[in-house]
Amino acid sequence: MAFLDKHKMLERSPTLLLVGSFLVVTVGGIVEIAPLFYLENTIEKVEGMRPYSPLELTGRDIYIREGCYVCHSQMIRPMRDEVERYGHYSLAAESMYDHPHQWGSKRTGPDMARVGGRYSDAWHVDHLKDPQSVVPESIMPKYAFLADTVIDGEYVQDLVETHRFVGVPYTDEMVAQASADFTVQADPDADWDGLVERYPGAVVSNFDGQPELTEMDALIAYLQMLGTLVDFSTFTPDASR
Amino acid sequence: MADKDIDETSGIETTGHDWDGIKELNNPLPRWWLWCFYLTIIWGVGYTIAYPAWPMITGATSGLLGYSTRAEVAAEIARFDEQNASLETALAGADLTTLAENEELYRYAVAGGAAVFRAQCSQCHGSGAAGAEGYPNLLDDDWLWGGDIENIAYTIRHGIRNETDFDARWSEMPAFGDILARDEIDGVVQHVLALAGQNHDANMAAAGAEVFYDQCSACHGEDGTGNRDLGAPNLTDAIWLYGSDIDSVTETVRNARFGIMPPWGERLGEADTKAVAAYVHQLGGGE
Repeated sequence: MAFLDKHKMLERSPTLLLVGSFLVVTVGGIVEIAPLFYLENTIEKVEGMRPYSPLELTGRDIYIREGCYVCHSQMIRPMRDEVERYGHYSLAAESMYDHPHQWGSKRTGPDMARVGGRYSDAWHVDHLKDPQSVVPESIMPKYAFLADTVIDGEYVQDLVETHRFVGVPYTDEMVAQASADFTVQADPDADWDGLVERYPGAVVSNFDGQPELTEMDALIAYLQMLGTLVDFSTFTPDASR
Repeated sequence: MADKDIDETSGIETTGHDWDGIKELNNPLPRWWLWCFYLTIIWGVGYTIAYPAWPMITGATSGLLGYSTRAEVAAEIARFDEQNASLETALAGADLTTLAENEELYRYAVAGGAAVFRAQCSQCHGSGAAGAEGYPNLLDDDWLWGGDIENIAYTIRHGIRNETDFDARWSEMPAFGDILARDEIDGVVQHVLALAGQNHDANMAAAGAEVFYDQCSACHGEDGTGNRDLGAPNLTDAIWLYGSDIDSVTETVRNARFGIMPPWGERLGEADTKAVAAYVHQLGGGE
């Protein structure tokens, strides 16, 4: 019973038990997590992914704050019915700049991964203000207050810097222009060439149709971007993934 | 073993642990349970050999069965594509005006179009296609841009007033709040109500008639029956996209409306675009 005797020693010394448990958990961590950091095929290379523009990033924060992810996923699974309904299945690369990712775990409402461009801005305004006005069978709550909450982007530069800190490749120029880009994206009459150059494919629009820049603008800017970045004409799926 | 400790009452071996005189019986696990446990371990090892599992330096092991989620979904999509290939090709190349003559193809198009409509179009136009305020009802015979099947297909393919498709249908009503005086707008609104046969102030409407002729008739027609080439609605019927009360009509004249529909041609593909057109066309108002 030599082995059992040693086990008794382990059980009777809290420090030894702690060290032992830690070693066991470490093995699990190494096997499950560590390979993700060096496996080349964890995130495949795709054309078109870019960091989110400051307004989109603000909209993303509102998306998280309002708990949209509780009812909406952003993850089209590789199944035929999902692909038929929502479009190409989601790729890991499409959430590479998400901290944290918004895959979600439950669909009370439909998936949001490719909602960008599917509906007009005006529809999003109508729908967020009063979902039942356009989709009578919807059980989504009303978010009309978003259109009344004016935002000035006071902390948007900090927000961009924070995301750079956790690994999103924002350039110095992007950080420096954060406040300007933030305002310009919701104003089609402004000079938005720089914004579109820094963030290719960014939609410039007065999203909520009001002169003020509101949370509604930010959220719709985010929604209209979702799923539109990756250029699928240049994408060949690697079957081994 | 000599140091086996047997509990006197039950005659079963104990674990040998002693807590203030309390001992723990060491009953063996049921044999069937134990064997199931061993089997799951063996099955687990076999599973990681058969399917992608173990992380290596440059990638995970691919497994002896060569299973891949992506290959599976691609194969399933290919299977259905192949199954429907003849109908899909026929539909993609079909002449919409004569589509209804080919009974099998038409039935396929309408059924498929209905499914696409529920997934993609119902959010704005309603699951029953009855529309909502600002989103046209597709069940009636009032069409902004034309209600024959070719025109419906064009609208679906390119959309309306969007900036993503150069061929999108386009027109823009001016915001007359910047152009006309307040009393002129009030007059025009009364004239429009008169055109639609609603309650109105006859004197104001008479004054508004002249303004209407000068400012509105180019698109909406002198008699107010509209112009489909410009997406200008018929103002003489009882169908109102943005409401028919004085406030709504005033809002429309003052600030104009600018309804946008995204282009669907690229997203749906040719066959599905035609299928939705066929579905919408047969809903009741198709011309």
